[in-house]
Amino acid sequence: MGETVPVREGLFTNAPGGEVRLVGGRCTSCGEHHFPRLPTCPSCSSGACEEILLSDRGSLWVWTAVTAPPPGYRGEVPFGFGVVELPEGLRVITRLTEAVPSRLVFGQPMRLDVVPLHVDDDGRTVVTYAFTPS
Amino acid sequence: MNEHEVQIAGIGLHPFGRFEGTPVTDIAVQAVRNALADAGLGRGDFQAAFCGTAYGGVAAGHKVLDAMGMTGMPIVDVEAGCASGGAALMLASGAIAAGQEKMPKGIIRSSFFEPWREDAGLAATPAYFALRAQRLMRESGVTREHLAGVVVKNRRNGVHNPDAMFRKEVTANEVLASRVVCEPLHLWMLCSPNEGAAAVVVRRGSGGVRVAAAVLRSHLPGNVLSEATPMSGLVDDDVPPPTTLAATAAYEAAGVGATDIDVVECQDTDAARELLSYEELGLCPRGDAGKLADEGVTEMAGRLPVNPSGGLLSKGEPLGASALGQVVELTRQLRGDAGPRQVEGARVALGHTVGRGANASVIVLTR
Ligand SMILES: [Zn+2]
Repeated sequence: MGETVPVREGLFTNAPGGEVRLVGGRCTSCGEHHFPRLPTCPSCSSGACEEILLSDRGSLWVWTAVTAPPPGYRGEVPFGFGVVELPEGLRVITRLTEAVPSRLVFGQPMRLDVVPLHVDDDGRTVVTYAFTPS
Repeated sequence: MNEHEVQIAGIGLHPFGRFEGTPVTDIAVQAVRNALADAGLGRGDFQAAFCGTAYGGVAAGHKVLDAMGMTGMPIVDVEAGCASGGAALMLASGAIAAGQEKMPKGIIRSSFFEPWREDAGLAATPAYFALRAQRLMRESGVTREHLAGVVVKNRRNGVHNPDAMFRKEVTANEVLASRVVCEPLHLWMLCSPNEGAAAVVVRRGSGGVRVAAAVLRSHLPGNVLSEATPMSGLVDDDVPPPTTLAATAAYEAAGVGATDIDVVECQDTDAARELLSYEELGLCPRGDAGKLADEGVTEMAGRLPVNPSGGLLSKGEPLGASALGQVVELTRQLRGDAGPRQVEGARVALGHTVGRGANASVIVLTR
């Protein structure tokens, strides 16, 4: 897809030839994780959060498909939309590469990927993270 | 008389619908005028105003009262998403208990998500509704037929509500034949955003319809499907939702339990939301929403009619006005003025809204 740019810096790693990982936070006070990375722990309000790369594998917890373009969205529809449960004890809102809900089942293994959204004014492909059946 | 008692002195409504070319201020003026007339009050007869609005903009309440030549008192504008009207009533009731007198009202018209979430397609509000619906189907025995059934029930009730936007009955087949917006939600299972206004005058006093509780609560962290729409949450299914927090506090303040309630107006932004609210409000045990619907409990002829007004599925949803719209309906029910949609002998009524913020309001009215 030529030159790519992430939909938001700091959301996920996507170095050429490198692995795709979500950038989250782990609280050194209560031990809970969060995503995206925040300066303050949403579970206990501690400021002692460290940046970590979250697991790129998880299981499907709930899903649907978006059939009409939501506000501000310039990409294609339909696309899958759901929540994937990560081994860190975290549930993450995510796009899914599968847009037909009946092809997915509860608890099925998923892995992280990067998908194109739209081409920006500079001709670069804007990309975001998504989970795909593994 | 308990000097802290707050009663509903007057109610007023502008029908909910779409009013192209009518400024929001004009819509609200009608509701306020009606409420003041119902209370027998005029200029100078109220001491404060609380205006609940989601999209009314800066100084929405000032504009309304300015248009009526009734400014001078403190005017407070409050935004709490779908629960804005509940927040206004909470402030008004609280101020009265402290010795003032108020007049809240609600208005509407529609950025909540960060720009990148829009770019990523993650600002899809109905998709979040759909995910909650999917979980409910998984955990509470709720089926597509149950979802369609909520629409059928509310639209049937709405036939008798002249202030509703949709006043035609629908069948389950028609609902399920409408286009799928986000599986399992079909178009007709979603309410339509629209315009409207509701106004309520409250004063210190006993007798008539009493505001037994007006509670607003926000979300606790941890729930990924919370109306706060976080990007992540914990693997923890026991985080109490804001509706439950508000309901628990409201029941305590009002001295009633869920089993004492005779009539409910609850958030039905989508059909699943109403069923989920049954559980979150404690109208049935967790996991029993489908069962409660099967037993017909929430139908007009049932033990606990829910959304006799037709709900937002019939009325449409002017966000800032919806909570006070419920208060107007429930006051009519408690006064025995609800006509063909009257719940006979209703003495305890509950109004519930929940939405962005997250904000949830639970109001208990008694007579
Ligand atoms: Zn923490």
